[in-house]
Amino acid sequence: MAESYRRSRWSNGLFVVPYLSVFLTLLVFPLGWGIWLSLNKVDLFGGERFIGLKNYARVLSDPIFGQAVKNTVIFVGVSVPTLVILGLFLALALNKTTKGSSFLRGVFFASSILSVTIVTLIWRIVFIPNDGLMALIFEYFGWQPIGFLSTTGWSLFSVGVATVWWCIGLPMMLFLAALQQIPKDLYEAAALDNASRWRVLTRITLPSIKSTIMLVAIIQVVMQFQLFGQAQLMTNGGPAGSSRPIVMYIYEVGFLRWDIGMGAAASQVLFLIILCAAMLQYWVSTRKEETDA
Amino acid sequence: MKALNYSPEHLTSNRRLFWIAALLGLIMMAPVAWIIGLSLKDNAELLKGTEAVFSFPYTMENYANILKSSSVFGWFMNSMIVAVGQTFGVLLLSSLAGYAFARLEFPFRKTIFIIVLFGLAVPEQAVIIARHQMFNWFDLHNTHIGLILPNLSSAFGVFLMTQFFRAIPKEIDEAAMLDNTSTFRIFWKVLLPLTLPAQATLGIFTFLQAWNDYWWPLISATKSDMYTLTIGIASSQTNFAQSEGLGFLGAQAIFASLPVVLVYIFFQRHIVTAVSGGAVK
Repeated sequence: MAESYRRSRWSNGLFVVPYLSVFLTLLVFPLGWGIWLSLNKVDLFGGERFIGLKNYARVLSDPIFGQAVKNTVIFVGVSVPTLVILGLFLALALNKTTKGSSFLRGVFFASSILSVTIVTLIWRIVFIPNDGLMALIFEYFGWQPIGFLSTTGWSLFSVGVATVWWCIGLPMMLFLAALQQIPKDLYEAAALDNASRWRVLTRITLPSIKSTIMLVAIIQVVMQFQLFGQAQLMTNGGPAGSSRPIVMYIYEVGFLRWDIGMGAAASQVLFLIILCAAMLQYWVSTRKEETDA
Repeated sequence: MKALNYSPEHLTSNRRLFWIAALLGLIMMAPVAWIIGLSLKDNAELLKGTEAVFSFPYTMENYANILKSSSVFGWFMNSMIVAVGQTFGVLLLSSLAGYAFARLEFPFRKTIFIIVLFGLAVPEQAVIIARHQMFNWFDLHNTHIGLILPNLSSAFGVFLMTQFFRAIPKEIDEAAMLDNTSTFRIFWKVLLPLTLPAQATLGIFTFLQAWNDYWWPLISATKSDMYTLTIGIASSQTNFAQSEGLGFLGAQAIFASLPVVLVYIFFQRHIVTAVSGGAVK
């Protein structure tokens, strides 16, 4: 009996069949079907016509898509370093067992559990002209009011502020978990050497959590490239498309204009961009480690 | 005394950093405090100027109005059904699969596991258009089932449960095997009870994700009586401020986040394990 438990058997595979069938029908098949759709001209009422890469050509030559890519890249380029550095700072500052630290950890993580709808509702009410919290603060200090959500220079920035507020909890928690795993004797040795705090940070702490920093950065790049709800709900991509991200472009083309082939093509392009960005980061980090060694 | 000063904690953090973090914490909480303030004010008074937030009188009227408004309550129920359904589905599928991947031998086990792990890398956007079409074929839009199904395919739960089953000492199932117990009974009676903490972690995590899901309900639930709370609140945001007033909108935000905030307060530890345990290994 004991041996039959260990022995390879087809019947043991039955345990994975329920998940696997869902996985195949709802993930693998739509992935393939999406690629197929992107190569077709799709009519709303059924019927596809193979047109090769024409949808991709249409997407890539669409200036609105170009602007969306630019917006998204800027957004990722600013929000990800902010999240990583701020998350690291908070983890270093709050890596203590005191009540105050644990309360603040709770505060910084709490926003992550809210839905995008609530986060944007909160921030829209903060940013509304005249009556918002920001407007009141600006008025109090006698500063010139800013239309945070309605000015081209500020719309993407405002979306970014709400995003950082929403997402800061996860990087902080991951960094805290990593800090806990650094062997204590490294610090004891440093203490014996009378090393300065800065030296300890740059020589011990940061090198020890290098892989977590990379992990957090990759997770955030992948997540922030998928920016959608915040932009759609706060600015609806405006004004003049200045805060429209790629996913919102996909949504508009695929589900508002119902140009399914083109929407599918745009989503494959996004998938490719995310994959490349993540792989590039991974490659850079492993190369650096080799030269370090 | 000197040695104490040089404890590891002392070297990684200090007071000044803590106070900066505390200041950032205040900034973090300010928007929420602002919304709570608004939700407790009379809408007509807010129209004259939102400075009114800082002075009496306060009222619970906005919350009472939510309970009277039938649509918000219906959305709440939809969210509950979808989130609970998804949680049970994910727990069931992931436990079965996780057990098999961690403990049993069957043909192509390793290959299948690696393919499933690749599923972690597929963003929702890459499949959402095709999924939407598929659900069209089977008339699943605007149904609870249609809202529950897609996220059951997430590989995260399987990955997590496989890790948890691997962590259980092998001696336990070996002892059960001596008693001639069937594979399913070992899973159901012996190992599954041991994974209860893991089930709680994954369950809470899935519940939160389902409750907050936005993309899929947005395109699948198009009839207002099938809206989940996230979509319903989003739809009432479009005609912002004018219609119901800022106080009512604020109260809606607070009401809609109540379940997740309660879950967070009671299960904070599990949530932290779920988000950091899965990633830092």
